[in-house]
Amino acid sequence: MFGIYLHWPFCESKCPYCDFNSHVAAEIDVAAWRKAYFSEIGRFASLNPGREVTSIFFGGGTPSLMPPSLIADLIDEIGNHWSLDKDVEITAEANPGSSEAALFEDFKLAGVNRLSIGMQSLNDDALKFLGRRHSAAEGRAAIEAARRVMPRYSLDLIYARPGQSAKDWELELTDALGLAGDHISAYQLTIEPGTDFHRQRIPAADEDIGADLFDVTQRMLEDAGLPAYEISNHARPGAECRHNLVYWQGYDYVGLGPGAHGRLTNDGITRRIQEIRDPARWMNAVETKGTGTQKSERLDAGERRDELLLMGLRLTDGVENDRFKSVSGETLEDALDPDAVKLLSDGGFLTFDGQRLAATPEGLRRLNAVLSRLLT
Amino acid sequence: MTDLSHIRNFAIIAHIDHGKSTLADRLIEYCGGLSNREMTEQVLDSMDIERERGITIKAQTVRLKYNAKDGVTYTLNLMDTPGHVDFSYEVSRSLAACEGSLLVVDTTQGVEAQTLANAYLAIEADHEIVPVLNKIDLQASEPQRVREQIEEVIGLDASEAVEISAKTGMGVEDVLEALIEKLPPPKGSQEDPLKALLVDSWYDQYLGVMILVRVVDGTLKKGQKVRLMSSGATHQIDQVGIFTPKATQVDELGPGAIGYITASIKTAAETPVGDTITDAARPAAEPLGGFQPSVPVVFSSLFPVDAADFEDLRDSLAKLRLNDASFVYEAETSAALGFGFRCGFLGLLHLEIIQERLEREFDLDLITTAPSVVYRLHKTDGSITELHNPADMPNPTQITTIEEPWIRATILVPDEHLGGILSLCEDRRGEQVELTYAGARAMAVYRLPLNEVVFDFYDRLKSTSRGYASFDYQMDGYAESDLVKVSILVNEEPVDALSFVAHRRVAEGRGRMICQRLKDLIPRQLFRIAIQAAIGGKVIARETVSAMRKDVTAKCYGGDITRKRKLLEKQKKGKKRMRQFGQVEIPQSAFLAALRMGDD
Repeated sequence: MFGIYLHWPFCESKCPYCDFNSHVAAEIDVAAWRKAYFSEIGRFASLNPGREVTSIFFGGGTPSLMPPSLIADLIDEIGNHWSLDKDVEITAEANPGSSEAALFEDFKLAGVNRLSIGMQSLNDDALKFLGRRHSAAEGRAAIEAARRVMPRYSLDLIYARPGQSAKDWELELTDALGLAGDHISAYQLTIEPGTDFHRQRIPAADEDIGADLFDVTQRMLEDAGLPAYEISNHARPGAECRHNLVYWQGYDYVGLGPGAHGRLTNDGITRRIQEIRDPARWMNAVETKGTGTQKSERLDAGERRDELLLMGLRLTDGVENDRFKSVSGETLEDALDPDAVKLLSDGGFLTFDGQRLAATPEGLRRLNAVLSRLLT
Repeated sequence: MTDLSHIRNFAIIAHIDHGKSTLADRLIEYCGGLSNREMTEQVLDSMDIERERGITIKAQTVRLKYNAKDGVTYTLNLMDTPGHVDFSYEVSRSLAACEGSLLVVDTTQGVEAQTLANAYLAIEADHEIVPVLNKIDLQASEPQRVREQIEEVIGLDASEAVEISAKTGMGVEDVLEALIEKLPPPKGSQEDPLKALLVDSWYDQYLGVMILVRVVDGTLKKGQKVRLMSSGATHQIDQVGIFTPKATQVDELGPGAIGYITASIKTAAETPVGDTITDAARPAAEPLGGFQPSVPVVFSSLFPVDAADFEDLRDSLAKLRLNDASFVYEAETSAALGFGFRCGFLGLLHLEIIQERLEREFDLDLITTAPSVVYRLHKTDGSITELHNPADMPNPTQITTIEEPWIRATILVPDEHLGGILSLCEDRRGEQVELTYAGARAMAVYRLPLNEVVFDFYDRLKSTSRGYASFDYQMDGYAESDLVKVSILVNEEPVDALSFVAHRRVAEGRGRMICQRLKDLIPRQLFRIAIQAAIGGKVIARETVSAMRKDVTAKCYGGDITRKRKLLEKQKKGKKRMRQFGQVEIPQSAFLAALRMGDD
């Protein structure tokens, strides 16, 4: 598996909960951006030749604001440098506004075969609170449009908003299930430094409410045939997001665009690569120096091991011993403290059968504490 | 050699902030000991901490030349004494080096507990006492009322008390004249074998230990071999000198003189306060009276907040002890707090001073366990042992009885706050000895168990009296008591640093308080945590920290896992400060916070 992440850093407005690398720009020079992305695709391809791309992910920002022709050109350019797997998954994040929905067909023609729709809520008050520009009705219409034209789509939802009860969330989720395709991502609202919510001192839900709403999510989506395959991600079996699996299973990926992250292995050496975060500075660096990379660090065996467990245990399937060995060079038995594994297994947080190490549902929701026990 | 009749040795005694050091400054200034340029506020308190707190820890001395009105030039030796109850033995030795005292009383405040305690020490030392009424330039000054207090409360004749303002210098000459006139000159014989009182000692990084002495008989000279009579150790004198207040070498110190000697001695512990110094070749038959080794009465454990600072703490304690032989320490290991030291102090203030100096001068971040006193355990095998650390308490079946130290406390307080103070004392198992009134002030004398006083007594005293009560105490023997050790257990395992000894009557309440505190401080974990307080095998209080339900929230996007890695790094770092209790790991910070809250 080999993924390409492409970051489009622009939004029409900044949402108060969002701490991603997104910016509101008055005017965007599409030709200049095309050129810069092309330059970076060429550079990464020359450093990592001969790979077969299994997924491309347009994230942001708001990639649905990109002209479909730009998306088409970028997919073509990626295909010019690397081969594309015949089942390549090409996802674009999209806002469910009416203007974007009108373009879904063009995205499809550009090569996108999966949409990740930032629905966030089906409640107009909640959408307003979250700073979203679309209404619930617009959102429903956009989902209908996606259902008509796209082979696959996912809904993003945010729960544990201030004052939201388990009952409220149950009703909203019932509503959402009526609109769902084969994939739902349900994220608990967190209040991150640097966001408007943080400045307004909006409180995050306490642990007990968060846990109650998490319980509701697990139960209802499981009953609806969309069981969790990761802490916040649910899919019909076989419809998991292949691109995200690249991250979680420790495969290589290229990060293109401002602030994008990549992980690339060559000659047995794995590097973590980070692009310059500020869009103008990234663009300038690409134009003048021929590289947008800010930092490239070599991961030692211990870091590769930690990362694989850190990411892999988010999956309900956990980490396979073979995969672990190929990434870290040792078996799970050798790498892990048997006392910690026993303590966590006896406590019902972890299972390990020699082939596969996985967090149980009880362990998944307490993964930070489980990892702390396992890795430190 | 100065004619003995032209020497006067005197101490200045006072309650804290009544102007003792300011008066000393004025006297030095008047007699020309220092130029104006060299005068800094309170020149005698050389340590920062002394200046900031307005207290003197080490005794200091100055030789002054005063041209009196009778035409004679007198040598005056001024002794500045430690002014706090924790150092009362040091005070008594300083006083033993003098023939009289100036008793300074702030006329805007009146007689306070330390005025009284120090005056009694001076009376015990057979001093001629000259009352000095200070701050009479202030509006709130009531010299007449204070005169009456001195007569009624202390029983001294105050009719000839000198009225001064140490701040403005007014009345300073009158003080000097009163000294000449009222104080007797020292007695002593130059021919007799050397007898000098070791008043105090401290470490100087260039000269080694400097010893402050008062010569009674004989002389001290450079090169002389002297012997310390308590230990028999002999030393050759390198330097003999006086303080002007700058250290100034002289040829010799004769009878009645106060000055210093150095003898390449490495630690202050080798030169116990109160010892007698004599000539090694021609020793005195009997030492001077009143020597007693200093005995720590309050014990507490010091732990570095960062375990990596342990070696620094060890070195710093060793350096401090070079200068201060009155505190003791030994290495200790705590399951909850790691490596540290169990330390003994002369009292709570002494503890605070050492702690503050370690933190300030040696830049250490420390945690101090709740102060404890020295219990005397009578065991079933007939032996008697001293318990310095509640964690070391043997099994109750091995103990027949426990004795605890008592103090005799004197509290002076304005009438309107007396009720609160009396109930505080009763609440702390106090026994009233005396209750008298002097004007609008009451003096209460109580016998109190010291362990009740080390447990937030000062703070309660201050808050109950809005800061108007003054307090002084002396040790008053041991008495049997119904004491129990309360252990704090986390998941059935004892947290040694939090265990304490208390009277059975209050044990349960304090145990419950600590359990509740810990419950709020310990973060939820994968497993439920039981917090218990127990006496022997019997649980007297219990709290539960329920298991964590969920701790993952963060969204991962675009393959950016830096935040997850940072969290892991933080957890790895935090792990070093984790302590294992059964299935759970508890951050050391929770125990530290529990101990810190005890300070509030």
